[in-house]
Amino acid sequence: MATATVAHHETEVHDHHDHEHHDSFITKYIFSTDHKMIAKQFLITGIFWAIIGGLLSTLFRLQLGFPEMNLEFLRPLLGGWIDEAGKLDPTFYLALVTMHGTIMVFFVLTAGLSGTFSNFLIPLQIGARDMASGFMNMLSYWFFFLSSVIMFISLFIKTGPAGGGWVVYPPLSALEQAIPGSGLGMTLWLISMTFFIVSSLLGGINYITTVINLRTKGMSFSRLPLTIWAFFLTAVIGLLSFPVLFAAALLLVFDRSFGTSFYLADIYVAGEALPNTGGSPVLFQHLFWFLGHPEVYIVLLPALGITSEVIATNSRKPIFGYKAMVISLLGITVLSFIVWAHHMFVSGMNPFLGSIFMFLTLIIAVPSAVKVFNYLTTLWRGNLIFTPAMLFSIALVSFFISGGLTGIFLGNSAIDIQLHDTYFVVAHFHLVMGSASFFGMMAGIYHWFPKMFGRMMDAKLGYIHFWLTFVGVYLVFFPMHYIGIAGFPRRYYSWTNFEFSNTYTDLNMFVHPGHGNWPGEIPTVYRWPYDYSKPGAAQDFIPQTVPLSQTPESNLPHEQELVKVELEIMKDEAEVLVANESKH
Amino acid sequence: MEKELKYIDIVDQPISMHPKKFALWLFLVTVVMIFAALTSAYIVRQAEGNWLEYELPEIFWLTSALVIISSLAMQWAYYSAKKDNFLSLRIGIVFALLFGMAFLVGQWYSWVALVDRQVFFVGNPAGSFLYVFTGLHAVHLISGVIFLIIVLISTFRMEVHAKALDTLEMATTYWHFLGGLWLYLFLFLQMNH
Repeated sequence: MATATVAHHETEVHDHHDHEHHDSFITKYIFSTDHKMIAKQFLITGIFWAIIGGLLSTLFRLQLGFPEMNLEFLRPLLGGWIDEAGKLDPTFYLALVTMHGTIMVFFVLTAGLSGTFSNFLIPLQIGARDMASGFMNMLSYWFFFLSSVIMFISLFIKTGPAGGGWVVYPPLSALEQAIPGSGLGMTLWLISMTFFIVSSLLGGINYITTVINLRTKGMSFSRLPLTIWAFFLTAVIGLLSFPVLFAAALLLVFDRSFGTSFYLADIYVAGEALPNTGGSPVLFQHLFWFLGHPEVYIVLLPALGITSEVIATNSRKPIFGYKAMVISLLGITVLSFIVWAHHMFVSGMNPFLGSIFMFLTLIIAVPSAVKVFNYLTTLWRGNLIFTPAMLFSIALVSFFISGGLTGIFLGNSAIDIQLHDTYFVVAHFHLVMGSASFFGMMAGIYHWFPKMFGRMMDAKLGYIHFWLTFVGVYLVFFPMHYIGIAGFPRRYYSWTNFEFSNTYTDLNMFVHPGHGNWPGEIPTVYRWPYDYSKPGAAQDFIPQTVPLSQTPESNLPHEQELVKVELEIMKDEAEVLVANESKH
Repeated sequence: MEKELKYIDIVDQPISMHPKKFALWLFLVTVVMIFAALTSAYIVRQAEGNWLEYELPEIFWLTSALVIISSLAMQWAYYSAKKDNFLSLRIGIVFALLFGMAFLVGQWYSWVALVDRQVFFVGNPAGSFLYVFTGLHAVHLISGVIFLIIVLISTFRMEVHAKALDTLEMATTYWHFLGGLWLYLFLFLQMNH
C-alpha cells in the first residue's frame, strides 16, 4: 500500500482543461493531443509497417525456399533488384533481411505495440484525464511518423536500404565499399533511428510521468492493473537504454561521415589500407546490445501485461499471484540490463566474463517461469471463455514456453559457439519475442477494439485469423530449430551452395563398421591414441595401428627403446602366425 | 455505487509531483545515460591499448570555474524570484547566460588548444572522444541557453514570480545539471587520460 503522502499540487496537476471541444478535422484526427487518437495513429502506422515487414519476409523466404525459381514476376515491384536471369540480387536479399528486422523490432513491436496500448490504456486504466503532456505525446507520434517516412524512402533508393543486418555492426555498416546498402541506405537508417529514439523517449517520459503522477485517488501502485505495470516498466527500460543506442549511433555517424576511428581499425579494402587506426568494433557491439537486449523486453513486456489482463478476464478468475507477477516484471526489468553480452559470446571476449553473463542470463528464466506458472494457474479451473483475444493470449503463453526453453540452450556460452548465428537463434527469437509479442498485440486489439472504435469485431473471422496464424507460426519457425542445429547459418542468400551436409556423410561412413567390426585380423595397437601433430612426423596424426618401428623420425627417446620390445613381439607373433598356417 | 465506496476505509491520493518537473528529471536521466554510455565506451576502448596520451587543455580549469559561477548566478536569480525581487532575478539570469556563453567560447578555445597539440577529431579515438564529450555537452548547453532566454523573456512579461516558479525552477534544475555534467566530464577526463 502506498503511504499517505498527500500531493500538494492538486490545483496545478491538471492543466486548464478545455471542456468545450471544438476540434477541426486537423486537430481531431491529425495533430491531435488526445491520447486515444494518438493511440489509433500509432496502431494504424504499426499495421502499415507490419504489412511491409511481412511482405519483405515473404520475398526473402521465396528466395530461400525456391532458389532456382524464376522471380521475373516480381520485376514490377522490385525492378532492377531482379537480374536478367530472374534471380534476386544477393545484396538486396541482405537488405530485405535487415529491413525486416528493423521494421519488426522497432516500428511494429516497439512503436506499434507500446505506442498503441500505452497511450490508449494508461490514462483509462489509472483514471487520468489524459497524458501528462498531450503536446509531447503528439510530438512523440510525429517524430515516429517522420522516422517512418525516412525509413520508407530508404526502401526505394538506388543503392538499396541498409543491408548490414538490423544490428548494423561496423565495419560492415561503416564502410560504403563493404556493401551497397552501407551507403545512403545506412545514412537514412541512422537518421530515421535517431528520430525514432527521440519519439520513444518523448513517449516513455510521458508514460512514466503519467503513471507516477496522474493516478486517481486510491490508485496505489499495489492496485495498478498489470498492463500498466508492464507499460510503466517498458517505458523505464526504454528511457535507460535508448540513449545508449543514440550514443552508439552518434559515434557510428562520426566514423561514417567524418572519418573518425571509434569502431574502425586496420582495414584493407582491395589491398589499400584505410587511414583509420585504433578503433574497436567490439565497442559498438557492447553499446548496441546494451540497448539491444533491453529492447527485447521493451517488445515483450507490454504483450505480457496485456495477456495478464486478457487471461484473468476470460478465465473469470483473479490473476494468480498478482504480487509475484509484479515482482517478476521488476526482476526482468533489472536483469535485462546486465545480460547484454550473451549476444557476444563469440566476439572474442574474455571467457570468464562470458560465464558471468551466462549465469545472469540463466537467472532470467526464474521470473519468466514465474509468469508462465501464474498464467497457467490462472487458467486452471477457470470458466474459460475462448474469445479471439483469449486464444491469442493462450498462444502467447505457448510461444513463450517453447521459445523460452531454447533460450536456456542459447544462454550457455559453450552451446552458443555451435548455435550462434544459425537458424536455431532465428527460431528462438521469432517464437519467444516476435510471435509472442505479436500475439500479445493481437490479443490487445481483439480485446479492446470495442473500446477503441465503438463497435464489435466478427468473432468467426477472429477464430479463422487465430488458427491460421497460430498453426502458421509453428510450421514456419519450429523446423528452423533442426536446420539450425545442423549448422545452417542466418542471413545466407542461398544454402544450395553451402555444403554443410557433406561433413555428415563422411562422418557417417566412418562410424559405420560392418559385422564383426574389422574385416580379417583384429588390429594391433602399438601406441597411445593421441599422437596428433607429433614433432617430426609427416602426417599430423599417427593412428594407433602404426608400429613405432615405422616412425623413427618422430619417436621420442623412451619410445626408441620400446621399439626393440616391439620388434621382439612382432617376431614372436610372426612365428605364431607361421605355426598356425602350417597347421591348416 | 455509493454504498460500495464506503467499504474503502482509507483512500489515499497517490504520491505525485508536478508532472512537467518530473518529466524534466526523466529527460535528465536520458542525458545521463548518453554520457554514461560514452564515458564507459571511453574506458573500454582505453583498456584495449593503442591510446594517444596528451595533456588536457588548461582552459578547462577556467571553463569549469565559469560554469560554477554561472550556476551560482542562476541560483541567486531563483532566490530572488522567490522574494519577488524582479530586478535581481533578471540580472541573475542575464549573468547566468553571459557566463554560460563565456563557457561555450572557452570550450571552443579548448578545441583550438587541442589542435595546437596535434590532437584532432579525426585520428586516435583518445582525441576523438574528447571532442565528442565537449561537443555533445556544448549542444546540450546551447539548449539550456535557449531555455534561459525563454525564461528571461517571460520574466519581462511578469510571468515568473513567487507564486509561479515552476518554469524558473525547471530552468534552474537544468542549468545546474548541465554545469554538474561538465564537472563530471572534467573530473572523469582528469582521472582517465
